[in-house]
Amino acid sequence: MSSAETALRIALVGNPNCGKTALFNLLTGSRQKVANYAGVTVERKQGRYVAPSGRVVDLLDLPGAYSLDAASPDEAITRDVCLGIAAGETRPDLLVCVADATNLRLHLRFVLEVRRLGVPVVLALNMMDAAARRGIRIDIAALERELGIPVIETVAVRRAGARALIERIDGPLPALPDAGPADLDLHAEVRRLLAATVRMPTRTAATDDAIDRVALHPVWGLVLLGVLMFLIFQSVFSWAEPLMDAIENGIKALGAFSVAALPEGPLRSLLADGVFAGIGSVLVFLPQILILFLFILALEESGYLPRAAFLLDRLMFKAGLSGRSFIPLLSSFACAIPGIMATRSIQDPRDRLATIMVAPLMTCSARLPVYTLLIAAFIPQRTVAGVFNLQGIVLFALYVAGIVSALAVAFVIKRLRRDRSEHALLLELPSYRWPHPRDLAIGLWERAWIFLKRVGGIILALTVLLWFLSSFPAPPDGATGPAIDYSFAGRIGRALEVVFAPVGFNWQICIALIPGLAAREVAVSALGTVYALSGSDDTIAAELGPLIAGQWPLATALSLLVWYIFAPQCLSTLAVIRRETNSWRNVWIAAGYLFALAYAASFVTYQVTRMLTS
Amino acid sequence: MRLSELLPGNTAVVREVEDVGSADPIARRLRDLGFVAGEPVKLVTRGPVGGDPLLVQIGFTRFALRRSEAARVWLQAAGATP
Repeated sequence: MSSAETALRIALVGNPNCGKTALFNLLTGSRQKVANYAGVTVERKQGRYVAPSGRVVDLLDLPGAYSLDAASPDEAITRDVCLGIAAGETRPDLLVCVADATNLRLHLRFVLEVRRLGVPVVLALNMMDAAARRGIRIDIAALERELGIPVIETVAVRRAGARALIERIDGPLPALPDAGPADLDLHAEVRRLLAATVRMPTRTAATDDAIDRVALHPVWGLVLLGVLMFLIFQSVFSWAEPLMDAIENGIKALGAFSVAALPEGPLRSLLADGVFAGIGSVLVFLPQILILFLFILALEESGYLPRAAFLLDRLMFKAGLSGRSFIPLLSSFACAIPGIMATRSIQDPRDRLATIMVAPLMTCSARLPVYTLLIAAFIPQRTVAGVFNLQGIVLFALYVAGIVSALAVAFVIKRLRRDRSEHALLLELPSYRWPHPRDLAIGLWERAWIFLKRVGGIILALTVLLWFLSSFPAPPDGATGPAIDYSFAGRIGRALEVVFAPVGFNWQICIALIPGLAAREVAVSALGTVYALSGSDDTIAAELGPLIAGQWPLATALSLLVWYIFAPQCLSTLAVIRRETNSWRNVWIAAGYLFALAYAASFVTYQVTRMLTS
Repeated sequence: MRLSELLPGNTAVVREVEDVGSADPIARRLRDLGFVAGEPVKLVTRGPVGGDPLLVQIGFTRFALRRSEAARVWLQAAGATP
């Protein structure tokens, strides 16, 4: 008999912010599998552990829900799995309903709903440590008697905090609970239960009130948010740099070492310029993504994120987004891929789609090499108004242009939408908590893995394809120009010149745009290849700068800078949009509008600059 | 009086949640979250821009509600403002 047949199937259910995932992490450790439920982009987290009796327990961490009367795809999944009607899911043998002991007025109502499902239930009363600190007294025996289901105390952030729960689960399955009368008023029942079993000195925690007085203050709250965001940005870019250099050089050295024994030829070129360059261009972003996600996870676990959403909701709502869009858009400054992945926390499907659509407009770090090259070559090093550096101002303006166009696009999406029904905010601001290192580590690992698996595959495949296009056919004997000029990519570039002449791009730029499809920053090294330079990106940029400064008109350079604000040509972003929205239509819309905006903006920039400079 | 008209720092008691249109999902969700007759509710503070959204304490939980959401909640006259 396989263990899958004998394994006990348990699902964790509970309100959002009840500490359910922390409990899941404590029970299963790193033995987790993250995937999607069939047909929807709701995250499915499964894990397993071996009970003291030797029995295997399969644990499913269901999405948090306020009610089984589902209001979002997440809640619908939770309801369907509990009812045993979810596609491809077996009904659990036992539900462990998790409730925050400090928030029972809200959470007990859901417990009463779960009790009606006709599945054995155990109530895990979580965060008993926080409850004790606040002087909350719960008569466990009385609660167990009144509810008619076993009640176990847990502290998910303590190593032995789930021992009693593990032992209870390992024992005989509890009897099917009495559902109570069908017309039971759940709120009245909760009030009765609280009055009979819980003594609560204060309705809120004093620390929450104290922190919120600053964190939600109209002035200080916004200042605090600004400072936090600034610190995150600083660390993402400054801490990640040495790691990124190390990864880049390491992969390069590894590539050189592995191909050294191979004879000069297509195979060697495929490995060095295709496979290793592809792996390198994926891995190089990993440090930034990990650092960014570490901050986001810590803010999320601590309970600060909903506060940020509270502060910014009005502004983002006016633009057709929601306060919850803030974090996905912030992540997109590192890379749109984790940003789009982070939109899963937005419940309203329309807000989520709008956020996904504008995420590529946030200036991702892959555009920086292009910006630095062009700014250094074309914008004079000059001081403006005594303190500001002109080059810095241009870079800042490019970032602002991205943000402004994102808000404008979101606003247009809002206008065009046929479904004008109201968007709900209804956002819970949970108690502040210290993030637990175990939960941070598991969360980081999960995200890094998703990034590598999803993005790695497609980028690698595309790099190899682009390598093929740029390498074949080989230049004829006695050819003088760079090899890429004779290849398919070269021919495509020349053909594209017709399309891009009105925005001022020469054929060299058109060729560089093609490998830039895989990863934007590759455009710099591709330009280097076209201008027949060799070396690392840094030296290429150093030599390429003066070269293009001498050859390109200013209008072309500015046009290319503006092009990269919109830069629709990131195939991995489009692939993630496809995965996250389950629709090719959205991919075409995103690619189409980004291309149209880029072309229009570059056209205006090119023509206006030409008029002014001629 | 509606919850959206309550002043920051003040407490009142919920009378009912009004449906906007038929089968209003937002009203239904508000009731699930505890906005039911007899429940004390407090307006903790308001958002920095245009006084929206509102931070509301119901039971032991705090929720951010947009004005339009809070306008669905009617309060009992007694104990509204002193």
